[in-house]
Amino acid sequence: MGSESNIKLLDENGMRLDGRTPEQLRPIKIETNLLERADGSAYIEWGGNKIMVAVYGPREAYPKHTQDIEKAVVKARYNMAAFSVDERKRPGPDRRSVEISKVISEALSSAIMVEQFPRAQIDVFIEVMQADAGTRIAGLTAASVAVASAGIPMRDMVVGCTAGKVEGKVVLDLSKEEDNFGQADLPIAVLSKSKKVVLIQMDGDLSMEEFEQASEMILKATDNIAEIQRNALTSRYSVENIGDGE
Amino acid sequence: MAEIKQIVMPGDLISEELGKPRNGVYKNSDGRYCSSYFGIIQKNDQGVDIVPFSGKYIPRRGDKVIGKVLEVGPSMWPVDINSTYNTLLHMNDTPWRTTSGDIKRFLGVGDYVYAKIMTLNEIKESWITLKDVGLRKLEGGHITSIPAPKVPRIIGKGGSMVNMIKDATNTRIVVGQNGLIWIDGTPEDVIEAIAAISIVEQEAHTVGLTDRMEKYLKERSVK
Repeated sequence: MGSESNIKLLDENGMRLDGRTPEQLRPIKIETNLLERADGSAYIEWGGNKIMVAVYGPREAYPKHTQDIEKAVVKARYNMAAFSVDERKRPGPDRRSVEISKVISEALSSAIMVEQFPRAQIDVFIEVMQADAGTRIAGLTAASVAVASAGIPMRDMVVGCTAGKVEGKVVLDLSKEEDNFGQADLPIAVLSKSKKVVLIQMDGDLSMEEFEQASEMILKATDNIAEIQRNALTSRYSVENIGDGE
Repeated sequence: MAEIKQIVMPGDLISEELGKPRNGVYKNSDGRYCSSYFGIIQKNDQGVDIVPFSGKYIPRRGDKVIGKVLEVGPSMWPVDINSTYNTLLHMNDTPWRTTSGDIKRFLGVGDYVYAKIMTLNEIKESWITLKDVGLRKLEGGHITSIPAPKVPRIIGKGGSMVNMIKDATNTRIVVGQNGLIWIDGTPEDVIEAIAAISIVEQEAHTVGLTDRMEKYLKERSVK
């Protein structure tokens, strides 16, 4: 964040490196139920991000001391593959992925009706196979789809997006270069209907006005992403995909 | 091509007024009724239910379920009922004259039982019983499973669907509320029955399925 570079992130017309306008999202594609063994699963391609999510449970929580007598615990594990970034990432949990796992677990717990499953745990495995900025939000958005496809009761879907500041301008959905050489990065995840915030983090500096502008952009974008989530879940059950008993 | 029922996602508004809360429906902070599952809307005389496409079985008292014995204890059998939680069968809740320490004569690891959920507490611990009509150890046969929310579809109105499959494939079938299904018959008939059940499972969200299944089973039996 904030490192100086000669790269022009915005051209004279205000267009970005990949030809997007400041308020344009990268292309998003979600598929569901690709994994046979998991109770629910989802695969998301968000720009250059490629992330697979598998959900297991609710099942009895082990080790036993992690059980909560009143509700289920959501155990999300965010993991980046060694080959997911330009330079090889040392495998295994590190400070960054432990933090992301924690915030994603908490974001999902506020959507899932955990009180229906005392003593249980819900495992959410988020495997980043290719990273291109905004993986925590892409992972969480896909995780929400995977949890819904597992038949776990939820109050609402979780949907998120990022915004940030590059060359003094607020833009939506940062790309890799904008994330590395921009001045701020603001990921926000909300419940899709009520717009209650379940995850918010910020890296870099934004003024009060810029923050308002960025969060407004994100909230507007979440409606579009929520629609992509809906299509991903329902397309499997649409009329075209049903045989006539053959 | 089949017509499908209305699909809803978690958080979708079902109705402003609904009376008493129904399955898969919750009241949000604005006092409006919303879906808590990804599933279909099922309307009937009593109200509106949301039937999820998948999900684990949630134990309810009085349900008749099929369970697999996991272990043999001194006086109890822990039983897997395809749910988040395992259940327990105590030797006093069986029709056999048992003495503590000698219960593996009656049920061993891997045996299946058709049992009723007798008690269930706040933290979802449950106990099952074999002391009722029709409840027994399931000997022979094959076990197949479907998601628990689709069980009502396999059974059909007043058992119409399962009876149709039984008659057409010449098998004996027991359907547990937890989604496990026991089928007994010749191997060929069992394969036929499993094929029919998996069609019902895949098309559980469509309208007029019983009629289409009747046609399908008639075609198969002609061959």
